[in-house]
Amino acid sequence: MIISLAAAGDVVGVLEAFWRGSLGTSSAFFSGTLVRAIPLSIVGVGIAIAFRAGVFNIGGEGQLLLGAVAATVVGLPWSHGLGVAGVAIALVASAVAGAAWAGIAAVLRARFGVLEVISTIMLNFIAANFVSYLVRGPLQEPTHVYPQTELISTSVRLPRLWAETRLHAGIVIAAAVAVGAWWFLTRTAAGFRIRAVGASTTASRVTGRVNVERVSAVALVASGALAGFAGGIEVTGVTYALYENLSPGYGFSAIAVAILARLHPLAICGTALLFATLETGALGMQRDAGVPSVVASALEALVILAVVAMTGRFVRIPWRTVRPRASDAGVAA
Amino acid sequence: MSSANGQLQLPALELRGVAKRFGDVTALDGVDFTVAAGSVHALVGENGAGKSTLMRIADGLLSPDAGTIRLFGNTITAHSVRQAMRVGVGMVHQHLSLAPNLSVTENLVLGESGFFRPGSAADLLRRTELASGLIVPHDALARDLSIVEQQRLEILKALARGARLLILDEPTAVLAPSEVEDLLRWIRDFAARGGSVVLVTHKLREARAVADEVTVLRHGRVVRVGSAATISEHELARAIFPENVEVQSAAATLASGKLEAPKQPRDLLVQADAVDVTDSRGARRIHDAVFEVRRHEIVGIAAVEGSGHRELLQALAALLPVSSGVLRLPERIGLIPADRYRDALVLEFTLVENVALHRLGTRHGLIPWRDLEDRTSGLLEHFDIVASSARARARELSGGNQQRLVVARELEHAHDLVVADNPTRGLDIRATAFVHGQLREAAARGAAVVVHSSDLDEILSLATRMLVVYHGEVREVALDRDKVGRAMLGAA
Repeated sequence: MIISLAAAGDVVGVLEAFWRGSLGTSSAFFSGTLVRAIPLSIVGVGIAIAFRAGVFNIGGEGQLLLGAVAATVVGLPWSHGLGVAGVAIALVASAVAGAAWAGIAAVLRARFGVLEVISTIMLNFIAANFVSYLVRGPLQEPTHVYPQTELISTSVRLPRLWAETRLHAGIVIAAAVAVGAWWFLTRTAAGFRIRAVGASTTASRVTGRVNVERVSAVALVASGALAGFAGGIEVTGVTYALYENLSPGYGFSAIAVAILARLHPLAICGTALLFATLETGALGMQRDAGVPSVVASALEALVILAVVAMTGRFVRIPWRTVRPRASDAGVAA
Repeated sequence: MSSANGQLQLPALELRGVAKRFGDVTALDGVDFTVAAGSVHALVGENGAGKSTLMRIADGLLSPDAGTIRLFGNTITAHSVRQAMRVGVGMVHQHLSLAPNLSVTENLVLGESGFFRPGSAADLLRRTELASGLIVPHDALARDLSIVEQQRLEILKALARGARLLILDEPTAVLAPSEVEDLLRWIRDFAARGGSVVLVTHKLREARAVADEVTVLRHGRVVRVGSAATISEHELARAIFPENVEVQSAAATLASGKLEAPKQPRDLLVQADAVDVTDSRGARRIHDAVFEVRRHEIVGIAAVEGSGHRELLQALAALLPVSSGVLRLPERIGLIPADRYRDALVLEFTLVENVALHRLGTRHGLIPWRDLEDRTSGLLEHFDIVASSARARARELSGGNQQRLVVARELEHAHDLVVADNPTRGLDIRATAFVHGQLREAAARGAAVVVHSSDLDEILSLATRMLVVYHGEVREVALDRDKVGRAMLGAA
């Protein structure tokens, strides 16, 4: 704690602060970093499913928030007496809410040809403002002082894995989601359809007789369900209430998490942990060494760029059509 | 050789001892290749013989590992496409590479530096058209041009940059017979005016008809060079496939042979009654089509580009709904699409995954990957597909083997109807013979086969009946080259 007072510019002190904030102490690791990796990983897997289908879901943040709203509504004191079923209901509701929020973008895409990139971004803003409205209006806590809801009942909270840490059962769920998504994408017909549509819409349609629009819509909705689910886990496992800024941009960081993992669900567990480390370490640097958090954010971006540069040919951009390699390289290109 | 102009005596292109390796594969092994100025030189050989690699080296797209390049007497070091353009080399690739959403004039000057001035670009187009005798519509977008017009524009593009040596990679593969004749005539004219042409082709007849000289490549080496007039088609075929007599006979069947129509009772498999087909943009492309296809028949569809046959084939493959009338189709349809890269394969998927892609839309539950891998290995063996394993990526296969895989996958099951659109495009004689054999076998086993090819001779050699599509009208025409050719152009 004394070292933490070192002036900015003390490189060792800053790095130490980063270390202590992220991995260096068991409380930082279990209560901070791992807890943060949970939503990053679940949303990241959701993003990966959409991106694998060639659908660019940028709306993870909004879908996560809607999931948080649903879980909160289910978990407020009237749920008393639901017992363990309460958690399950809250989490299912959060997934349904996230799916519905993504479903709006899916309908806009299918019916009116609205690019999901645009609609999901817009839906993020609506979701954030919707949460603001709820926590200052209908769902505000009884004293009407703080812009947040009442705490959800204890029966609707995810159990802690360690008494003295904040690590909750969501970590097991996140791991199961990653393994499940990997199994789904590689083993099932529906998962293979998603990969096929992302790799070539034309071959999927002509050779596979796949209903491309439907698969895209399903992937987007499934992606939203996972993001909403992550929001539900965040409320039932960490915050126990709904408030503004409940998510420090998990929905956006998760895009980088997914891309860095090359959209591979198992690798996403690793990249989610990496990002969580960067973020908690950055907070530690800010808290203990007085380094502005913007510097830490910039550092995070630099790490991403470095990894991208090193992994060379990066994620395939699915909207590019598949072409034979050299023969098409036009003379005048 | 006593030309007044000394320039003329220098060869347009002189490659000496050119070698190129890709990883472990030797693509070219000490190739000498000379194109005399003012001549047409045909370059033939089977798929993977090294023709395209050699021409890409000449055009500066690839740099050789060894050997020298001389263009119009200048020794070239540090070759590049830009450099090639500067000394007067222009290449037209098999897969045309225009920017579809740009206009004809914009495409003409695409890739040049400086500002775009529509007036001067239009001027350049007019001058180049005048000098070359090739005409394209000026105000259209590239995507609205027919294939033959797109090809003309590609040639104009090369000429506008001052190309004196044109490299044409399989230029006739996509053209109708009359268009082929026009192009070959133009090539002769261009050479007569002092231009030089390398014609990369699989079609030996064309090579002999238009070229002054022929070079045969085999496994990256030159195995035969000579004047086109003195080498017979048979000799050429033997130079390309020395060890395989069977293929030569297959090549001969290509030109003449055809399966006798079987005499068994025939079931009606396809029945079209007053069928209209509308394309995705809402334009009616086929109207009032009435025809039938029965078991064991191979029905050829002949048409020039843009006649509506593409939509007819899509409707037969159940990819496009009919807008009016009744089209009865069987359940099980195999499809060999014209563009395998776009419609039939996912290049970055493994071969097993590409096999699993077939009718993926109707699969449920888990995918039996182990069975599929066994099946794919079986296909590789049975259909003679060269691949390292069933888990190889489709991208790693040569074009011929990719097409074999597509054919194998689509014909593996006993389909009632097989729709094939240009199934041998870009394939060498051996692979072509394979595909034809498979289609005939499918018909013999009881399928109805509908096949379209831009090469009229190919359909004539395969078909037991012929339908011609002209301007959306479908009619049956006797199996006679002249009659079909006339019907394709709308003449009685």
